[in-house]
Amino acid sequence: MKLNSPLQVYKFLPQINCAECGDATCMAFAAHLIDRSKKLEDCPPILKDEYKKKYLELQSLLAPEIREIIIGKGERAKKIGGDDVLYRHQLTFFDPTAFAYDVWDTMPETELVERVNKISNFKKFYVGKFLTVDMVAVRCVSGDATKFAGAVKKVSETTKLPLILCSLDPAVLKSGLEVVKDKNPLIYAATEKNWGEVSELALNYKVPVVLFSQDLDKLKSLALTFREMGIKDLVLDPGTYPQGKQLKETFEKFIKLRRAGIKEVQKDIAYPIMAVPLNAWAVYKDAVTASYWETVLASVFTVRYGDIMILHSLEPYAMLPEVHLRDTIYTDPRTPVKVAPGVNEVGTPTKDSPVIVTTNFALTYYTVESDLSSNKINCYLAAVDTDGIGVEASVAGGQLTAAKIKDNFQKAGFDFKEKTSHNTIVLPGLAARLQGDVEDVTGLRVMIGPPDSGRIPGWMEKNWPPKPK
Amino acid sequence: MTKKIKLSELGSLFGGDIEALEGVKIEGDVEIDLGQLGLNPQMAYALGHETAQIAFHLMNISRILGYPVEQMGAAAPQPKKLSKLIESKFSVGRIEEWKTPIQEVVLGATSSDGGSRKSTVTLGGEGSLPYYFDSPMPHRNHITMDVFDMPINMAKAVKSNYEDVINSPAEWAKKVVRDFGADMVTIHLISTDPNIKDTSPADAAKTVEEVLQAVDVPIVIGGSGNPEKDPAVLEKAAEVAEGERCLLASASLNLDYARIAEAAKKYNHVVLSWTQLEINAQKELNRKLMKQCGVARENILMDPTTAALGYGLDYAYTNMERIRLAGLTGDTELNFPMSSGTTNAWEAREAWMVSSPLKEDSDWGPREYRGPIWEIITGLTLSLAGNDLFMMMHPGAVHVLKEITQTLYGLKETEPVNIDNWVSAVI
Repeated sequence: MKLNSPLQVYKFLPQINCAECGDATCMAFAAHLIDRSKKLEDCPPILKDEYKKKYLELQSLLAPEIREIIIGKGERAKKIGGDDVLYRHQLTFFDPTAFAYDVWDTMPETELVERVNKISNFKKFYVGKFLTVDMVAVRCVSGDATKFAGAVKKVSETTKLPLILCSLDPAVLKSGLEVVKDKNPLIYAATEKNWGEVSELALNYKVPVVLFSQDLDKLKSLALTFREMGIKDLVLDPGTYPQGKQLKETFEKFIKLRRAGIKEVQKDIAYPIMAVPLNAWAVYKDAVTASYWETVLASVFTVRYGDIMILHSLEPYAMLPEVHLRDTIYTDPRTPVKVAPGVNEVGTPTKDSPVIVTTNFALTYYTVESDLSSNKINCYLAAVDTDGIGVEASVAGGQLTAAKIKDNFQKAGFDFKEKTSHNTIVLPGLAARLQGDVEDVTGLRVMIGPPDSGRIPGWMEKNWPPKPK
Repeated sequence: MTKKIKLSELGSLFGGDIEALEGVKIEGDVEIDLGQLGLNPQMAYALGHETAQIAFHLMNISRILGYPVEQMGAAAPQPKKLSKLIESKFSVGRIEEWKTPIQEVVLGATSSDGGSRKSTVTLGGEGSLPYYFDSPMPHRNHITMDVFDMPINMAKAVKSNYEDVINSPAEWAKKVVRDFGADMVTIHLISTDPNIKDTSPADAAKTVEEVLQAVDVPIVIGGSGNPEKDPAVLEKAAEVAEGERCLLASASLNLDYARIAEAAKKYNHVVLSWTQLEINAQKELNRKLMKQCGVARENILMDPTTAALGYGLDYAYTNMERIRLAGLTGDTELNFPMSSGTTNAWEAREAWMVSSPLKEDSDWGPREYRGPIWEIITGLTLSLAGNDLFMMMHPGAVHVLKEITQTLYGLKETEPVNIDNWVSAVI
């Protein structure tokens, strides 16, 4: 965006402090617009006629440097692009890389449906939410337009995920588009050879389109040409080579494109970038090796500026690190690393429920909390203030001590005699070395839990309730 | 050409056939300036949503009727057919702010430099983010593999590689260099922890001597992590390894770092400056090592802490990237090479657990394949943030991380691949 201080934004706002946006003042709202935690449309007054000139100006000044485009329709529609910075600590990255997994039109129908379902249903629980994947890329391997349309039809009947229609033959793309014309698929791809016909498809069906050229001059030519024809929803594929010097060059192209778009504000190429880690399968035939290498490529381009990518392996050992790394890179670094210290109830604890200790590092706390609640373990969970450091490191670094633990319960007004029947505290397995100290300082009975909270259910079966002394 | 009409006149314009406007309620009598009409969203807003819809229809119908609407719309480019590509050149500049190179640090010393290593490892020297075109990276990434001075708990996938050497640090060290391609060896003296075996600094020093004799690559000497005991252990180890330019791991703010710095100076070693995910603490410790303890710049390496993928890697990644960018742009308290305890990846349950503890998850698949890739991706991500040296554990993970980091560095020559037709490839 072109503005970088709330004051600059404030000048365009109504300045009446009506609080309709939820902020007390227009200045506070301006700060939210700058950090992109609120939208201009959250301000009802500015949408009125009298402000429309300012609204329009502000809208264009607030637009992200990298064009944001939408693929698909409905609740699974996916936004890509939208970035304003080169490094996540400068703000945050927006619109997490969209992961599309491929199917192809020569697959037997049952296999096709099974694969699509596997893509649609993939989920991995993580810190209070499920990580999922986003799209299905239908590749035309047959070269047959009718066959392709049939596959597209089957896929769109099976899933609500957005589609990418992949063929370099405009006739094939057209027959696919006919089937899903109301679903806003992304089409792949316009090249130096077919761009004339593909641009017509993009215009007629009003769909986003990928431009594919390994030559950045040509890629820019394509982008300029399409833009001139009125096609704005563009994705750039500079080609993803899977190995050697070619891969090094691919890496450099991604850096160059994004640097040009954000740092140098070259609007002509400020579009989302596509990576194709699937090309790992062009050099590795063994499924494990190819899956590993594909995950490696996906990771490189998740970190460095891939906004959308096409993948093949559905192996859990490929998908799990892929979705976790994407979450890593796109997690908003502005959200605090700590949860509030204290003693929290998980489920509906009684006097016989355990009292479990962990740290106030957000990741640790939420992991333990979800392990407990998902296994329906009623208990008290203490988040000890370790400055947001995890258990093992805070024991080593002196941020988790017996005194800190005692202090945490005192501050929370948690009296073991009153709240529990057992006068017992459960320490994390990784804090076992504090056992003696905690016994001395608190006078409580101390039990040592497992080193990983995923094993608490098994631990409970064996050790809870504690045997009377 | 500017012609003004009123909305109420629209109907007559199309000869009464206004099907396209059905459902549109016209309020008031808005004047539209056709001279400004186009498919311009800003204009569309200015006219209000409903009138904008009418304007769109008007444009479409006009086009069908043969009116020259393209000439009417001056505010936005109209869709038009081009017959050839618009010629263009792409170019982008270098980052001028990256003026301060990262300090070069040599680990290991050969006989000509007072040590007994056959080879040395040079880290640092970068003038840009890793693998960027702005300035070629002078040295590739290196990998040091973990060896422990006693048997420890390991994930099954890791342990199976070391069962034959688990009781002999010397044999273990030989194996990682000979069979697994380790550039260096890290000997972790964990048995010295008073809460584990409380072995003496002298015993630990003996282990270090054995490892130095077993391999001829540079080594890292790691304590047990016990802040009270480590200074004494590292001092003794440094003494027996005099002149070898080992990496002493670690000096930190929660132990007597001055003793470790002193040992490094006295016996010619390099200090690993270890902090916990906090850039300001890293600056503070580096400053203390230099100013207060007098450690030379070429004898400092940093470990800003590695958290596993899914367990804080976002903090570790951004912390490293910020440190590297600060160094490149002139912060001479932060422009040192970095080291990562990549083995920490194995603490992630996804790396070692048989299956997900949560019923709602999709199947996690075989853990034998999950563990190594967890270590690879944790290391790879940090390599992109600027990490130079990786402390690792699984031989497969070492192999793959080497392959990708050396590819991005530019060492890997392969046959060119044609990707033009990936769309129709049979996989």
